[in-house]
Amino acid sequence: MLDPLVIATLQSVVASASPLIFAGIGETLTERVGIVNLSLDGTILLSAMAGFAAAYLGNSLLLGFFVAAVVGALVALVVALSSIVLKQDQVAIGFVLTLLCADLSSFIGLPYVRIPGPSVPYMPLGVLASIPVLGEVFFRQNLVVYASYVTVFLAWGWLSLTRPGLRLRSVGERPEAAFARGIAVNRLRYTYAAIGGALVGIAGASYSLSVKLGWSHRHTSGMGWIALAIVIFGGWSPFRVALGAYLFGALKSLGSILQPSYPNVPTQVFQAAPFALMVVALLVVGGGAAWVERYVPAKLQRGILALIGGSPPAALGKRFEQL
Amino acid sequence: MKRSGVTQLALMLSPVVVTLLFATLILLAAGANPLEAFGNILAGAFGSAKKWGDIAVVMVPLALCAAGMLVTFAAGLWNIGVEGQIVAGALAATWVALGVQGPPWLILPLTLLAGAAGGAVLGVVIGALRTWGRVNEIFAGLGMNFVMVALTNYLIFGPWRPPDGATMSGTEPFPLAARMPMIGSSRASLVSIGLAVAALVIVYFLLRDTHWGLRLKAIGLNSAAAARMGINTHREMIVAFVVCGLMAGIAGSLQTTAVYFRLIPQVSGGYGYLSQLVVLLSGLRAVAVPLIVFFFGAVQVGSPRLELRMQLDSSLGGILQASMVLFFFLIKGWRQRLADRKERNA
Repeated sequence: MLDPLVIATLQSVVASASPLIFAGIGETLTERVGIVNLSLDGTILLSAMAGFAAAYLGNSLLLGFFVAAVVGALVALVVALSSIVLKQDQVAIGFVLTLLCADLSSFIGLPYVRIPGPSVPYMPLGVLASIPVLGEVFFRQNLVVYASYVTVFLAWGWLSLTRPGLRLRSVGERPEAAFARGIAVNRLRYTYAAIGGALVGIAGASYSLSVKLGWSHRHTSGMGWIALAIVIFGGWSPFRVALGAYLFGALKSLGSILQPSYPNVPTQVFQAAPFALMVVALLVVGGGAAWVERYVPAKLQRGILALIGGSPPAALGKRFEQL
Repeated sequence: MKRSGVTQLALMLSPVVVTLLFATLILLAAGANPLEAFGNILAGAFGSAKKWGDIAVVMVPLALCAAGMLVTFAAGLWNIGVEGQIVAGALAATWVALGVQGPPWLILPLTLLAGAAGGAVLGVVIGALRTWGRVNEIFAGLGMNFVMVALTNYLIFGPWRPPDGATMSGTEPFPLAARMPMIGSSRASLVSIGLAVAALVIVYFLLRDTHWGLRLKAIGLNSAAAARMGINTHREMIVAFVVCGLMAGIAGSLQTTAVYFRLIPQVSGGYGYLSQLVVLLSGLRAVAVPLIVFFFGAVQVGSPRLELRMQLDSSLGGILQASMVLFFFLIKGWRQRLADRKERNA
């Protein structure tokens, strides 16, 4: 049997990864249809604040998540609209929105700083929760965490098994061909930008209402960038994105476990470690994968590349002139 | 089609007007008096003669970083790592200021050289990650920013700890020989201002008149085509990151020798991110940078007064800066759309 402390740690890894899963899967959908929403770091902050404020004022968790999803969808639609209608660069707009939303969250959120508010209640899942280890880790959580599992499976199923999913992917890979087959390219891009953005908004609310309760200045700072990196690390595939989120959660927990053993190292060093690891992870899937393609025998390549390979949707970030 | 001067000016100012409307809505939503808030920002920025010096103190790092980023943007690169390059410059300058003894005429140039070198080294790291490591420069730069902040904290709380104990206020103050001279009793330094102006002028001519500038622009427009034309795109990209690092590093060096007179944990002050906005708003033109950094500087100096006088968060300043860039892009796109439509109908 595993030590209860280990179980508790794994539980916290799974819980703390749930917002990253929502944001990562949301961005995966958006990018698979060809749009880069770079604003995640700001969007998560703004929706975390808005979700907390709405849940607090309306005394309703559901309202909080709903408002956060709407905020996330609206920001994503600004990116999509700027690109599709106004022909502006998605990365530039996304970056500006990152800073703008972050400052908006600080300004509007000031009255809600460090006040106690509602939180999603713990809800073990009956029989499943009593399965040794796995059940204890995955099914002694709250509804938000369970929703994160469902999101991964739904996104994977939608992308890989359904006709609408096929259309989604075709728009992100070859919009001209998709258009020739009668697919309304830009309408799909708006749709999935909004759906992906709503998931990013839900990620924000799952911080302020479930994982990192409450609101404070720059409450979730940096997490949006991590989520964006996880999408690349995950090769734009839902299961690998989820794996990336769990790996990140595990490394973060490891940091907080190790920290007391190194009292001379300032806490900021531990706080920066995830971002250094982010670069290393991207180095593995970038330069590392290229190295494997070049030097590793073809037989071994497939297995390795299935894990670290993957290229962005061919039309990612490119506008499509639809007449 | 020729437009009258008045129309031109109105078009140029339209993002400003929309930004003020947007900020007014936000202030009303927050239950604050918009006129009072704008008045406080203006009073905070221009309330006394001394404030002009404070604005110059903000303008210098913004202008230096913007000059550097004009170079990386020309090559089509998003150097978000400029924030970390400021820090690298500050660390290198601090190393000189705390470690080398000598007269000011020796120490001060050394701090600048060290700062430039520090920023350049980080430029090599980001450039290598981007080219050989195939890591998107946005993430490479961002990762380095966090690493540099961690390194700063490690140094302040470790090897560079003041004798009477480490605090968040930073290292011990620099010796007088490592402090830039100030203009009168203001906080501004003529050396800093001169370097910022020089950086903008140099970048303007580098990009306009040299073969190197042409090569960078070719990479920025189409790097694959540039490579086919025989341009070593990887080398030029790294050089662009290095040149940007030189200028950001000098900015970081000046943050320690001309602003704080010590190394503090938040030495880069977000100027790296803010200068991205400056460059975007300039439309990648060096000539537009001075006016924009003046506006950004005034907002930066004026907005803390909101906290003192109105119990509002000073992030309203950031909202003004960022939303102006957003509306600049949206209005630009909208005007282009109207022009295209007119052309189609004609």
